[in-house]
Amino acid sequence: MGLDFTIVPSYFTLLLIGSGWTIAITAAAAVLSFVAGILLAVIALYGPALLRYPFRLFAWLFMGTPLLLQLFLIYFGLIQIGIDLPAFVAGVIGLGLHFAVYNSDIIQAGIVAVDRGQYEGARTLGLSRVQTIARIVVPQAVRSVIPPIGNNMIALLKDSALVSVIGVTELTLTAQLAISKTFHPFEFYLAAAACYYLINLVLEAGLRHIERRIQLAR
Amino acid sequence: MTEKPFIDIRHAAKSYGTLEVLKDISLQVQKGQIVAIIGPSGSGKSTLLRAINDLDPLTKGEVWLEDMQVNKPLPPRQYERHINQMRQQIGMVFQHFNLFPHLTVRGNITLAPKMLKKLSDAEANALAERELAHVGMLDRIDYYPSQLSGGQKQRVAIARALAMEPKVMLFDEVTSALDPELVEEVNLAMKKLAEEHMTMIIVTHEMGFAQDVCDRVLFMDQGVVVEEGPPEVIFRTPKHERTKNFLRKHLQGNAQ
Ligand SMILES: Nc1ncnc2c1ncn2[C@@H]1O[C@H](COP(=O)(O)OP(=O)(O)OP(=O)(O)O)[C@@H](O)[C@H]1O
Ligand SMILES: [Mg+2]
Repeated sequence: MGLDFTIVPSYFTLLLIGSGWTIAITAAAAVLSFVAGILLAVIALYGPALLRYPFRLFAWLFMGTPLLLQLFLIYFGLIQIGIDLPAFVAGVIGLGLHFAVYNSDIIQAGIVAVDRGQYEGARTLGLSRVQTIARIVVPQAVRSVIPPIGNNMIALLKDSALVSVIGVTELTLTAQLAISKTFHPFEFYLAAAACYYLINLVLEAGLRHIERRIQLAR
Repeated sequence: MTEKPFIDIRHAAKSYGTLEVLKDISLQVQKGQIVAIIGPSGSGKSTLLRAINDLDPLTKGEVWLEDMQVNKPLPPRQYERHINQMRQQIGMVFQHFNLFPHLTVRGNITLAPKMLKKLSDAEANALAERELAHVGMLDRIDYYPSQLSGGQKQRVAIARALAMEPKVMLFDEVTSALDPELVEEVNLAMKKLAEEHMTMIIVTHEMGFAQDVCDRVLFMDQGVVVEEGPPEVIFRTPKHERTKNFLRKHLQGNAQ
């Protein structure tokens, strides 16, 4: 069968919907990975041992095993213990927690690098330890690690393709659906690649915008 | 001195392992008094100053502010609450400013009053404007610290401390990190405070400033107060050999 790109436009809507879901799952997982990443970092550095050790085990599990397996476990495995999550939610949780662990590592390094004088400056004004960590140390740490976190978010976008295997009709899965009808894999995988590339461009522009905005505030 | 001291440091001692940094120091400061602490590097000046707000806890001894013991022995949780209360009354300015880079000048100044004194945005803003006007920095209220010179940063740091309306201000070599041409603007801000009778303890390497502004000068060496008195006595007719040596070196250094 020869190449025929003219069939791609008739599946434009389908690919658009797929792109929409890819953006939605990436955005939701990114927010989760960011918030959970901060929480994990704070617990790892300041939490009581009672919390630190279970969380370290959790981190080790998410870093040491394949993301695909984690998605299967959350989507198919949890049903057995009575937790039946919609595919989208399972995908967000899997992607979000997986990248939260990586973000946490980066944020921890950022927290450690915050100058000791910042902590003293805040405590001297009368802020408590918790207030100081929440309002002074963590915000500065997060600002200082925006570039590597941004790289993680780009990786997250690409890895979001994995949730196609649990049935989320995101970009990769919609491309596969189009292929199953037309038998033109080359054209549709290429079209999907182009979509990923465009989303990536927007994401990178967004990250650059954030970096510019916080440039003075560091 | 019959008057009850405002700040009362009683038998302060501090060791790091076997290194005795402060050796049984007692110091009383009256309300409105301005005290300079001078002495060679490593003599314990910062450690003593930072003991006053318990940033560097003493190994032994007591620190009192009016009728409250700053380093009151309390269980950890209660102590945390107590010390946060005490620190609100003790302003401190550091050599390296320690401004919060992620907040504007306004944010730096309003943060603690809003969080700790529950001021409204409007009240906190009015306060920030007042304190900034006081140090001549009102026009930079919406700047970030990264956009300020060292002298400007230090004046904002002073305004930030003053916004908590402290009873006493502690200064630890606040002009040492500045380019020479920026020293004067910070000194001026401190002089203004002195004229308003703020109680101040100032660790400094600037003998001229100590002489101009302070009521008392303490010379520290190796963890003890070797000699203290009014500036004209300490600078003109020091009694101890160590003080004389230090001043000789220092006044020479300044003359170069
Ligand atoms: N955390 C610490 N651990 C061990 N020793 C310390 C610590 N902090 C300070 N010291 C020691 O305590 C002594 C007094 O230090 P301090 O900073 O009070 O001196 P200083 O008079 O302020 O000196 P400078 O003029 O250089 O600021 C020094 O010998 C210093 O090395
Ligand atoms: Mg010092």
